[in-house]
This record gives sequence, structure tokens and C-alpha cells, in this order.
Amino acid sequence: MSEPRLIEVRRNVLKQNDVIARALREQFRAAGVFVVSLVSSPGSGKTAFLERTLTSLQPRFRVAALVGDLATDNDAARLARSKAAVRQITTGTLCHLEAAMVQTALQDWDLHQLDFLFIENVGNLVCPSSYDLGENLRLVLMSVTEGEDKPQKYPTIFNSADVAVITKDDLAVAVEFNWEAAQKSIESVRPGMPVFRLSAKSGAGMQAYLDFLSQRLTEERAMAHS
Amino acid sequence: MHELSIAMGIVEAAVEEAQQRNVQVTAVHLRLGALSGVVKDALLFSYEVACQDTPLHGSRLLIEEVPVAVFCPQCKEKRVLESVQLFTCPDCGAPAGEVLQGKELEVFALEVEE
Repeated sequence: MSEPRLIEVRRNVLKQNDVIARALREQFRAAGVFVVSLVSSPGSGKTAFLERTLTSLQPRFRVAALVGDLATDNDAARLARSKAAVRQITTGTLCHLEAAMVQTALQDWDLHQLDFLFIENVGNLVCPSSYDLGENLRLVLMSVTEGEDKPQKYPTIFNSADVAVITKDDLAVAVEFNWEAAQKSIESVRPGMPVFRLSAKSGAGMQAYLDFLSQRLTEERAMAHS
Repeated sequence: MHELSIAMGIVEAAVEEAQQRNVQVTAVHLRLGALSGVVKDALLFSYEVACQDTPLHGSRLLIEEVPVAVFCPQCKEKRVLESVQLFTCPDCGAPAGEVLQGKELEVFALEVEE
């Protein structure tokens, strides 16, 4: 047997996902739809937050959502109350969404009919960070009941996000949530990231976040047409 | 825990490269960034499982860990971070700018026998 030798290959392991994500991003741009993906821990209030978002945006915008879960279509049923188009992606045992799943789920959708598309990832702050879904904006959601240092415990996902939302602000006093400490924790893993503090239950603080989204939509469309 | 599907992706990529060159792989060299979202130990464990019943059975996975490097807007230089928990320049303390490295998940090289 000959001596072992070393050959350089340089292959990105997630190339397949990245290629699909790039195609999706192009498809979204061409259709003029602004795509927001949501990542958070299980139980952070992602579905309630998304329901409020869909309902609040609807008078002015055409909105839709894809929701990922290991099992059940409870979230899709809940979100359907908002009257937005909602489709469930059931991942089975998979702990995250991949670009191919988004592509399959969107196959028969006319994206030109939409202003915003939300993609709710599986509740998990670890695995989704590795997978680009072609989104314009990755939103990481945490709730005041989770502890202020969550960003430093999960730096990878917070660093990969574009905006952070801290929800369940209506419970902040009860759990003695330290807002400055949370902001500092976010700042240390993702300097300069915009942070919104709100309650999806009462609606307090939602407006600033909704204005931010509509501004980003306007900017994205201006860029696509320039 | 998504390391098993990542490991299967690594094996798939290595098998493909090996078949094109008609060689036997004895080790896979992987570059793993601190921001890749993949845990080294879980990946090493998963790799053995993923190699079963493939031409890579019995091969080794050698992982080179890549620290995060950012552009420091203050120093106007590339700086390697000491920790992924602190995105500030280790030299001047300014908030870190663009991430320049640390997201790698790349099969870099293969050790092969003809």
C-alpha cells in the first residue's frame, strides 16, 4: 500500500443548504416580499408574538407565515385565527428548519401576493443558527421569564440574528427582570443590534417594532428597484 | 442536537470527493468555527455513527477549531476574540465590527490512500 497523502478539497458542509437559501433569497427579492425568520427557546411566546404581529400588520399589509414544529399543527391552527395564510412544516424529529423545507412548503404559493412572510423556526436556540433560510431578517425572541443572561448562554444564535425582541414585558415586575442587564448581555454578543421590548399579550411596545418592520420593507424594496 | 445530520453531510462530501479521485479516505480534516453552531464532541461522536456502512468506515475526523475574528472599526485591524461571549476588541475594547472568520464548517482536506 502506498503512503497516505493529503489532498485539499475545501468543501462547505452546508453548501447544499446555502445554495437553496440563496435561490430563495433571490425569489423573495424578485417577488418583493420581506421575509422574517423567528428563533427562540420553546415556551418563549413565539406563537403569541407572531399571532399579534400578523393581526397588527394585516390592515396595511398582506402577510403569511410558515411555522415549524416537531409535531402537531396546533400553532398553525392558532395562527389561522389571525386570518393570515398559514402553513405548518412538521419536521418530525429534526430540531431546526432547513432551506429545502421552506422551499417545499412555498412551492404553490404566489409570493407576489405578499408583503411579509414570517418563518417560525422550531423552538431551539442552538441548531437553527447554522441554517440560512434565505430570510431578510433573523429575529431572536426571548421573554423576561428566561433570565437576562440568555444571550451570553447562546451567543451563536444571538450573534447570527439581526434584531432582538424581549417579550412578556407584562411579567417583568413579577420576575424582577433587569432590563439593563439583558441589554448589556445582548450588546456583548452582538454589538449594535436593535432591541425591542414589548408585551404580545397587552400590545404595549408593539408599535415601535411594527414600524421597524415596515421601514425595513420599504428599504428593501427601494434597494431591489435601484 | 443536529450534529448527526452535519456528520452525515461531512461523510457524504468526503465519499463524493474520494470517488471522483478513486482513493480511500483514512482521515477527514475539518475546519470548525466557534460560531458554526456545531459542538465538537457531539460531532466526533456522530461521525463514527455516520461512517458506518460507508467507504469511510474506520476513518478519523480531525477537527481544527477556528476562533472568531472580527474587524475592529477603531484599530482598523482584524482581531481574534478571546470568547464568543464578548464581542469587543481585545486590544482597545471597542464594539466588534464585521465577523471575518469563525463560521466555518468546511471539509478542508482528506488523507487518502490509493
